Amino acid sequence: MLEVKDLTFKVNENGIERSIVKNISFHVDDGEMLVITGPNGGGKSTLAKVLMGIESADGGQILLNGEDITSYDINHRANAGIGFAFQQPPRFKGMTVDRLLSLAAGHELKECECCELLSRVGLCAQEYIRREVDATLSGGEMKRLEIATVLAKPHKLCIFDEPEAGIDLWSFSMLIREFEKIHDKKKESLILISHQERIIKMADRIMVIEDGTIGAIGAREEILPKLMDKGDSCSCMNRADI
Amino acid sequence: MTKLDEITEKILRQIDESGFKQKGAFNLRHNGIALCHGDSEHIKIKKKEDRQGIDIFIDGQTKGEQVHIPVVVDASGMQDKVYNDFYIAEGAEVTIVAGCGIHNSGCNESRHEGIHSFHVGKGANVRYEEKHYGEGEGTGSKVLNPVTAIYLEEEAVFTLDTAQIKGVDSTVRETEVEMGAGSKLYVIEKLMTHDDQLAESNMEVRMNGDGSSAQIISRSVAKGSSRQVFHPKAVGNASCHAHVQCDSIIMDHAEVSSIPEINARHIDAAIIHEAAIGRINDEQLVKLRTLGMTEEEAEGIIIDNFLN
Repeated sequence: MLEVKDLTFKVNENGIERSIVKNISFHVDDGEMLVITGPNGGGKSTLAKVLMGIESADGGQILLNGEDITSYDINHRANAGIGFAFQQPPRFKGMTVDRLLSLAAGHELKECECCELLSRVGLCAQEYIRREVDATLSGGEMKRLEIATVLAKPHKLCIFDEPEAGIDLWSFSMLIREFEKIHDKKKESLILISHQERIIKMADRIMVIEDGTIGAIGAREEILPKLMDKGDSCSCMNRADI
Repeated sequence: MTKLDEITEKILRQIDESGFKQKGAFNLRHNGIALCHGDSEHIKIKKKEDRQGIDIFIDGQTKGEQVHIPVVVDASGMQDKVYNDFYIAEGAEVTIVAGCGIHNSGCNESRHEGIHSFHVGKGANVRYEEKHYGEGEGTGSKVLNPVTAIYLEEEAVFTLDTAQIKGVDSTVRETEVEMGAGSKLYVIEKLMTHDDQLAESNMEVRMNGDGSSAQIISRSVAKGSSRQVFHPKAVGNASCHAHVQCDSIIMDHAEVSSIPEINARHIDAAIIHEAAIGRINDEQLVKLRTLGMTEEEAEGIIIDNFLN
């Protein structure tokens, strides 16, 4: 499915080059759920953006089903089958919720289809469908709508950047069930960036990113106990929400 | 039924989305003359005797009816000035679909100045839709200068929905509203300018009666080297509420000035204004691109929805 080889990404800060993603290599199998975790500022979100083409890699290669997509821009990667849910989704003045969902689906959705999508992320469809995607929606509502835009059509690979952030516990439980359903079908591969133990516990494999490199990668059974031990002394995992 | 030529039909489709059908109450002004007109049981249209224009009388039994009064100018060099006065009786509920389209295939300036007044009776509910549009392969400019005066009696409701989307080289819009007790005003102004176009909109809303309220929303997109100036003013002379919001997207080398003014002359006048001008948000573009759109497609969708 996804194969990442020696991926690097650098920024230039006041004339000084700094590597954010350092020669990272990993793969995600068909239908697999890979959870990426690690300390804040370690490069997880940047890595996700490089995978989506939002940031351009300075080196390395990204293959999707054997196809080299390294030079593809954002929309080409989207059309190649990658879906992406932002950690902080943007607001759109004048755009209604059903319009955004139709754009995400790639065709005009019927009202009942929009309602079904909104229900999957815990939003009451009747209340939201004609609302504007603007400042009248709360951060949590925006976040759930963002996830619904990724659920609006099938992908080969879905990337969710901290899907739990800003979401209440009840909605979070719904989202967990939604991720479980997607995962159970084994039709879409998932990359979830998260600090949340309930999400980490769903993973087939866990990858820990620290200072732009892979600190650890392996099966959940192998990595999770180490994280739990480490969690007592570091901030890479949010155990308060368990 | 009057047979309309192709250009007129095309312009009518642009400025009258709900469809101009020569049925019910209507008046089509074409190159300075009334080409066709009709009355309905409750709405009567009379030609003015002393100057160009019409008086429209809407009686209190009018419920949910539409009046269509479009203007089409397709003679290059035409300078058209018209006075239309609307008298809406107490309790009437009506939608007035106006709008003006200019087709200029010549080298001379074509201009239309529509001077409208609305006398809205107690408890009446009026929706006024006005769309401006310009087209034509000629070098002559297309100028539209509307002047609108609205007088709202007690508990009257008036929705002013104006849009100028394409092709008008210059427009100066003047709007004045006098509001009685308990009356409500909703203004939705949508504007897009491109190339070297100029658009100026001056509006003064005077809330004179207790319990009156006004909501003014202006959204615009300025492209190319176009210039836009907005000057909405809300004056609170009584216990009243008003909210003025001006949002603009600026592109290319355009210039936008937004000068909202609020003036309270009563201790219980509550008036808010917001104004924002900015380029298309990069995050919005990126989000739509992650849905599979090119940058150009994403930009078009953002603008269309912003002006929706």
